[in-house]
Amino acid sequence: MMDPITLLTVVVLSVFVGFEVVSKVTSKLHTPLMSGANAIHGIILVGAIIVAGQASDPWLLTIALIAVVLATANLVGGFVVTDRMLEMFGGRKPARPRAGAGEDGA
Amino acid sequence: MSVLGPGWTSLFYLVAAVCFILALKGLSSPRTARRGNAIGAAGALVAVVTVFLSAKLENIPLILGAIAVGSALAVPVARRVHMTQMPQLVALFNGVGGGAAALVAVLELGHSEDPWVRLAVVFTMLVGAVSFAGSAVTVGKLQELISTRPLLFPGMPVVMGAVVFGAVTAAGFVVATGSTGWAVALLVLGLAAGLLLVLPVGGADVPIVISLLNAFTGLAVAASGIVLGNVLLLVAGTLVGASGTILTKVMASAMGRGVTGIMFGAFRGGSTAGSTAQSDRPVRSASPEDVAVQLGYAQRVVIVPGYGLAVAQGQHTVAELATALAARGVEVVFAIHPVAGRMPGHMNVLLAEANVPYEALKELEEANPEFPNTDIALVVGANDVVNPAAKSTPGAPIYGMPILEVAQAGQVVFLKRSMRPGFAGIENELLFDPKTTLLFGDAKDSLTRVLGAVKAL
Repeated sequence: MMDPITLLTVVVLSVFVGFEVVSKVTSKLHTPLMSGANAIHGIILVGAIIVAGQASDPWLLTIALIAVVLATANLVGGFVVTDRMLEMFGGRKPARPRAGAGEDGA
Repeated sequence: MSVLGPGWTSLFYLVAAVCFILALKGLSSPRTARRGNAIGAAGALVAVVTVFLSAKLENIPLILGAIAVGSALAVPVARRVHMTQMPQLVALFNGVGGGAAALVAVLELGHSEDPWVRLAVVFTMLVGAVSFAGSAVTVGKLQELISTRPLLFPGMPVVMGAVVFGAVTAAGFVVATGSTGWAVALLVLGLAAGLLLVLPVGGADVPIVISLLNAFTGLAVAASGIVLGNVLLLVAGTLVGASGTILTKVMASAMGRGVTGIMFGAFRGGSTAGSTAQSDRPVRSASPEDVAVQLGYAQRVVIVPGYGLAVAQGQHTVAELATALAARGVEVVFAIHPVAGRMPGHMNVLLAEANVPYEALKELEEANPEFPNTDIALVVGANDVVNPAAKSTPGAPIYGMPILEVAQAGQVVFLKRSMRPGFAGIENELLFDPKTTLLFGDAKDSLTRVLGAVKAL
């Protein structure tokens, strides 16, 4: 168990960073941002790997491996689907060479 | 393997955590979004390699096999899913993440002696289970496997109260005794709570709930970091919990709603359901050819896409129409309401898929001042987001929601399936305005016919 004060420090700072990084997001990017954040919590895979690596009996191992499968789906699928959304946003140049209003929020 | 000592392990976890922060930061801006996502994925890779090199692990071949299975299940779906079904997929991935967190916590219960750690265990289990079951309901609603209307039964608040009471009791026993039996009971009650929480939510509010459950899963992962003594899980989970909460609030306010109203509105009777009554007041309807003439000889056309366009999968046709009009010298832009479609920003993704240039997409604040200089506002499958009742009728469910002020354009053309009101269940006075014409039918069919007529002009 970590030292409670260290723990609290880490949590409080993370909360502020979490608030800060998304506070000015344009509504166009709400869906990809949600999807990206969704992929990040797939990092529970690290926890699933640890419990699977320490599982002593077949039952516990089975449950842990299910957790590994689910967490991988969250992590890998999350990043892939976010990338697909963003691929459609960015890459292509405008079909018409008309001066746009400029990108906002950037 | 224990190749890496604790110092190096912490250092690599720190690298991963920084990557996640940069990922969220990058995703907040259109230019850096894709790179941000790639940085997040790189951070995840660093973390997973680190855990293999640092922790003392048995069963490594089986774990690698499970990772392969998970990837093999998720990647093809993520690659191939239609963009209209993408919200369901995000909800699904969120749910399985919550489920994984709950399972990890159950398995760690045996190693947890400290009551504080056990408290983190029960928190992870409960929140993870709520997120799993709640996400399953949102997927069902979005796929229309279950009704998109708020589902309520008599006595639901009492049942919900009993479930919450039972869950708290079970959680107390788990913390006190570490009993596996109580832990299983807690999981079941958590699943029930997730179902009861999301079933009463109306279809239009489901996106907000997905975002909220996303934040929940983040918190469950953060608590699992305490359970496992892993700082990376704690930081990453807290980041997602915090940013997800903000994002949920921002989305809800873009819809002119509060989060508590969405979650508990149906319990209080202020249902989010719409009426399906049809009005029989006279309207002016037009043929596709009439609409084509109006559009083809206009100077400036603003297209307002909505849910109906997404449902009809008409994004490619509407893009083609815009190109055909532009070829005739008509200036065409799309005005995107923040909550048009099934998820905030969903319409942008759909139109981007159909090759509509980013510059042609205008947000609400940009689009509204331009409507007075617009000849025709073409509203495709949208209703509530252009309903003037949001400004003029204080009692209306959408009162206070910012709308696209299409009424200020010279002419308004609605492509609509029927006279049924939008999801908010209120009539749109604009439909009866003398400068409004309506073309009834499926959005894609109507667009195809208008497109054909424009090309024939």
